[in-house]
Amino acid sequence: MQLSEEQIRRRRMRSVAIAWILAVLVAVFFVVTIVRLGGNVANRPL
Amino acid sequence: MFGRRNTNEGTMVGSMTDTRYDISATSAAVPEGGLGTVGDFFALLKPRVMSLVVFTALVGMAVAPGTIHPVIAVTALLAIAVGAGAAGALNMWYDADIDAGMQRTAMRPIPAGRITPGEARAFGATLAGGSVMVLGLLVNWTAGALLALTIAFYLFVYTMWLKRRTPQNIVIGGAAGACPPMIGWAAVTGDVGIEPIVLFAIIFMWTPPHFWALALYRARDYERVGVPMLPVVRGPDETRRQILIYSVILVPITLVPAVMGFAGVLYTVVTGLLGIGFLAFAIRVFRRRGEPEGGRAARGLFAYSILYLFLIFAILLLEQGLGVASAWTWSGLWSS
Repeated sequence: MQLSEEQIRRRRMRSVAIAWILAVLVAVFFVVTIVRLGGNVANRPL
Repeated sequence: MFGRRNTNEGTMVGSMTDTRYDISATSAAVPEGGLGTVGDFFALLKPRVMSLVVFTALVGMAVAPGTIHPVIAVTALLAIAVGAGAAGALNMWYDADIDAGMQRTAMRPIPAGRITPGEARAFGATLAGGSVMVLGLLVNWTAGALLALTIAFYLFVYTMWLKRRTPQNIVIGGAAGACPPMIGWAAVTGDVGIEPIVLFAIIFMWTPPHFWALALYRARDYERVGVPMLPVVRGPDETRRQILIYSVILVPITLVPAVMGFAGVLYTVVTGLLGIGFLAFAIRVFRRRGEPEGGRAARGLFAYSILYLFLIFAILLLEQGLGVASAWTWSGLWSS
């Protein structure tokens, strides 16, 4: 199946949006983990 | 599950023949997929509904006792917003056939041919699952379970079961839209108290006059696609009577937060005045039955009802923000 120029452009935009959403999700999980653990985040055997 | 499936090509087939509407007569050529822009997918989330959901959930959080870390609060609101959007997307997937036949909804992404039903269903299901998991894992599972219940109720009970079968569709289905304050409360406390149930009751009783006002001046649309809204099934006069009855019940319920002590004098005065306005609009709808006066009255009530609910919850939020809800209550005034 041959995609048109417009379809390729829209697919690229959707991919960029998905990438941003995944990046935000990673950031949210990271920050919430830090918030929940608080000072204990550094309290681990080295 | 309910005898109806949208194929990826957008053809509506199934055994629910009494509630079927032929999309092919009205929609644009069904695409193969891949045509939707980011904006089209965002439109699937029903952003205006989503904003009211987020706002009422925020108020549920604000009136809840205890504290919540701002990061957790923002995460909870984000998950609730996405969950509400997912329910909207799944609703648009299932209702694409009737959306195509209604003036108000014909340009939505699926009937307009920019997104396929299969894309919308996958998008909605992914976001629904993701939002529940995020809320459950990062906030708490009471809130997560409530969000899952709300999405499931909106999709299976309202959209698939009631909407095409009974004029009580938006009365019972209104429970889904009334849940966000309870989810917000649960995000803070981990349980559900009587206060968020009062907020639930306010939105629940507000929903019928709000949607029946819309249905009064969109009755032909609903009739054409076979959705048994009250004006279609029982006629406009009975609808006006029901709007008035629900409005008379709604206004006292909005004052319960003040009686229970989680809203103050400011809330009571403003909500009382707003309630008088709501009743005035409802009475105007009841009395003006000819056209175009009747249509204008219904449009007026519909527009006012949105402002009404927003302001009631805004005053609650303002009182919590200013700290006057607990400091300036009726019981405090009596004892001073």
